[in-house]
Amino acid sequence: MRHEIRFSGFGGQGIILAAVILGRAAVMYDNKYAVQTQVYGPEARGGASMSAVIIDDEPILYPKVATPDIYVIMSQEGFEKYGIAATGEAQMLVDSTLVHSRPSCHYIEIPATREARESLGRDIVANIIMLGALVAATGIVSRSAIEKAILDSVPKGTEGLNVKAMTRGFELAEEAISR
Amino acid sequence: MSEEDWLRQDRLPHIFCAGCGNGTVINCTLSAVEQIGWKRQETVFVSGIGCSSRAPGYISTDSLHTTHGRALAFATGIKLANPQLNIVVFTGDGDLAAIGGNHFIHACRRNIDLTVVCLNNMIYGMTGGQGSPTTPMGGLSTTTPYGSGEPAFDLCGLATAAGANYVARWTSYHVRELTRAILTGLENPGFSFIESLVQCPTNYGRRNRFKQVADQIEYFKSHTILVEKAARMREKGEMIPPEMILAGEFVRRNRPALGVRP
Amino acid sequence: MTRTEFMQGNTACAEGALAAGCRFFGGYPITPSTEIAEHMALRLPKMGGVFIQMEDEIASIAAVIGASWTGAMAMTATSGPGFSLMMENIGYAVMTETPCVIVNVQRGGPSTGQPTLSAQGDMLQCRFGSHGDYSVIALSPASVQEMFDLTVEAFNLAERFRSPVFLMADEIIGHMRERVIIPDHVPSNQRKPYEPGSLPFRAGEDLVPGFPAFGKGYGVHVTGLTHDERGYPCATSPKLHEDLVKRLVGKVEGARGSITSCDILNPDAEVVFVSYGAPSRTVQQVLHDHPDDNIGHLRLKMVWPFAEMVLARFTNAEAFIVPEQNLGQIAREIERHTDKDVVTVPKLGGDLHTPGELYAIVENLK
Repeated sequence: MRHEIRFSGFGGQGIILAAVILGRAAVMYDNKYAVQTQVYGPEARGGASMSAVIIDDEPILYPKVATPDIYVIMSQEGFEKYGIAATGEAQMLVDSTLVHSRPSCHYIEIPATREARESLGRDIVANIIMLGALVAATGIVSRSAIEKAILDSVPKGTEGLNVKAMTRGFELAEEAISR
Repeated sequence: MSEEDWLRQDRLPHIFCAGCGNGTVINCTLSAVEQIGWKRQETVFVSGIGCSSRAPGYISTDSLHTTHGRALAFATGIKLANPQLNIVVFTGDGDLAAIGGNHFIHACRRNIDLTVVCLNNMIYGMTGGQGSPTTPMGGLSTTTPYGSGEPAFDLCGLATAAGANYVARWTSYHVRELTRAILTGLENPGFSFIESLVQCPTNYGRRNRFKQVADQIEYFKSHTILVEKAARMREKGEMIPPEMILAGEFVRRNRPALGVRP
Repeated sequence: MTRTEFMQGNTACAEGALAAGCRFFGGYPITPSTEIAEHMALRLPKMGGVFIQMEDEIASIAAVIGASWTGAMAMTATSGPGFSLMMENIGYAVMTETPCVIVNVQRGGPSTGQPTLSAQGDMLQCRFGSHGDYSVIALSPASVQEMFDLTVEAFNLAERFRSPVFLMADEIIGHMRERVIIPDHVPSNQRKPYEPGSLPFRAGEDLVPGFPAFGKGYGVHVTGLTHDERGYPCATSPKLHEDLVKRLVGKVEGARGSITSCDILNPDAEVVFVSYGAPSRTVQQVLHDHPDDNIGHLRLKMVWPFAEMVLARFTNAEAFIVPEQNLGQIAREIERHTDKDVVTVPKLGGDLHTPGELYAIVENLK
């Protein structure tokens, strides 16, 4: 089953890294196929950055995301540019700290940036909270796969913080769904 | 071995005009290579395009005759891929300072372990005498028929500023000094730049009041002023006439260098 | 041990080069190829190789050619503007028969164009961009796996034919990440050694002379001027020039039937897609989504030399549909070799053809 996941936020949030980690989890630890692509702009910091991942049990032929079925949106500008068109069957995870709008599709609110700042003391792990929430909400990859892929990808010395962020993401999604 | 043993006898006679200064500088270079004791199989001559760049074709080592202006970039690849090789680059003023100017300053900056001998005839000789970046102000050429209106490049000043470890200038008159300078360049690790002014009777001399070959060589002799003397004159506040050729060693130093044999 | 990775196309290209034995990289940063240089900068010094960032692309290809003459397997990587700058020295590599690999991760042009978006607009430039008559080998990967595999192949062909070989990738394949399997060992060709005492530019039946590397005492003279079999300049003999150029072209063109590399699907189809690089992925999707339509697909992994004989494998073909991220560069080559309809499907701007767009063309032809 082909799933298309689109991530958007502002440059510096780790939008691209989140997508790469998701693709890596699928390929390396869940034995699936994945293609990760991104918009290459000058948005190293600020602006609206976007990255996409396709995950499938079969080899992926057409590598571009046409109509995502899952969105992970982490900034208002990212929502307006890359999330606003989400409709119908799609589902969206929004970072409710930074995104004020809500889509017409099904969505859940994850206060990732607030949680990163207040509970974990580092804004920078908001993307990992969103990844954890994504996995808990959709089961797009297994929890063990995303954990291993996170550990492969984050700087040495930050593993504990990132696993905490991921776990917090699992919890926030579970809370949001049960509400 | 003597200098002659470094020549490809089966390629002679050469293409240089009668009275050309290139042969003198090639001889000085081979003499220096002979004196330092490099072996043929460990030595590579590299060049770009122009009269000067034909020199490697007459030398019996491995030799790479490359594209216009790019000899230093090719030589950089050879030296880095095999630092055991000794590399001498023959180039000219147009090849080095016009089309190859960017490679020149970066080779100096990297201070890559090459010895570069620039045969500066102040003209594009092979293509019939067009103005070059070292054609003096007022100099006549086919593309400066009313006299060059541009200041000439000071190649040694450029090499010094850009970071070369060894920089010297002589002329085709100064055979012994030039040979010694090239030898010092070969010995010195890092980028060594030796400029030699050479007469081009066919395309420079006859347009610029040097009726005989000897006239331009005589001019080199009478218009040379040693770097040390020029420094003393400056200290005393004396003017150095702009047409004078500063000769001698401009710099000998030990900046970090690239590609030096381990 | 063979390992599976989730890797970017450009990284896979660099890994392929290293696996093939590349030990020299000279380059200049340019989007969207820079990750290749960055990965080589990281990896080469630890493998006893050399990475150097040159002052421009002219110098990059020059350094690569210089390094190759010491016997090293050498490469550079660039995109359109840098590729344009390399053209003169690419001709030099052809003329001097210097093995080297040149990667072009294509972006939108002309000029600075679209640095971050995909194109295939340099396919004819790679074939004809340097002056004079010559022939080249160019491969075009359609997956991250092929960024690895075809880079290995590019080195093998460069060594075997003593010729520059191009990996003509595109931004989509260069920048995407997907599964790639990195084998333990890769097949490797070494350049044919020179027989001491023989004429350094005299070739045998395969038209490829042995390689007299620098530093072995062969005293070889290498020049971009027209040269005789000794390597000596001889730029005024019409016959010598004609013989040399014909040999240089002949060693590549004569082998095109045997070295060509392509995938052929549904050879009995009446409607046949011909593709290379990223658009191949859309074509594959169309065939996958419409298995009952019997659509043919010729996927070129080697674009140059163009092996026109593979077109004849589609015995019932009525039309060849050629989607390209340009205005029809390879379509023109196909037109030269077939009397069937050739339908160009140009796409500019960086987007990939969608499966819907391509299937609509099949339906129109029915």
